[in-house]
Amino acid sequence: MPLDPSFVGRTYPPTAPYQVGREKIREFASAIGATDPAHHDPEAARALGHTDVVAPPTFPVIVTMAASSQIIEDPALGVDYSRLVHGDQRFAYTRPVVAGDELVCTNTIEDVSTRGGHGFLTTRTDVSTVGGEPVVAVWARYVIRGEA
Amino acid sequence: MELPAQTFQVTRADLVRYAGASGDFNPIHWSDRVATKVGLPGVIAHGMFTMALVGRAVTEWAGSPDAVVEYGVRFTRPVVVPDDDQGTEIEVTARVREVTEDGLTRLEVTATCLGEKVLSQARATIRTAR
Repeated sequence: MPLDPSFVGRTYPPTAPYQVGREKIREFASAIGATDPAHHDPEAARALGHTDVVAPPTFPVIVTMAASSQIIEDPALGVDYSRLVHGDQRFAYTRPVVAGDELVCTNTIEDVSTRGGHGFLTTRTDVSTVGGEPVVAVWARYVIRGEA
Repeated sequence: MELPAQTFQVTRADLVRYAGASGDFNPIHWSDRVATKVGLPGVIAHGMFTMALVGRAVTEWAGSPDAVVEYGVRFTRPVVVPDDDQGTEIEVTARVREVTEDGLTRLEVTATCLGEKVLSQARATIRTAR
């Protein structure tokens, strides 16, 4: 079933706040082998001018992937999750995520199209603090493979 | 200007660990049974794990863990990770495309596994040393 192009431009209500924990940043950094002290030691992070440990660049995907279920699981849009392939990912940072951040995601559907039997979906997630300070904008493009 | 290549080993244990840390438990990243059923040659790395390793290379080149201003990739080919102790390797190189007057450096990044590119349009913008 082709995706409904009338969803382009739709913005979803902000998600519930995600509390960024120091141990979560350490766990994520360790899982990707990122040993820089600023990811693990609050003092090292403060020496760089941050309030607490700094998340690696792709850490925000933890927050945005959970938030994007708002779109991917929207029954009205009709994405078949079993055919979903992650095509592109991009981050534009206002500042790095740090421990103690309380992050809210606002999802927008930037593009919906169907070509060659495959569906394409581009989402933009604006990640900001609960106080409204922008932190990072995150784009993801998904391919929904057509039936062979 | 070419930046020094960096190589990252990826084993099944790394994928399990990344699944736990990231919350991405898609079974194609840990079950050969499920991966082959959907037409893959075997378990593949999370695209976001590859992107995270390349991100490490970028912050390493930048010389600071908080210097990345923009970072994007397209996932073009899966990284197949065999179930042995060696796993596989991802090699990351980059070329400086531009150094702007306002202190930004734009990189064109290449990531390969077994000689094949696994990403395309991989670009990062970093703040030049403060």
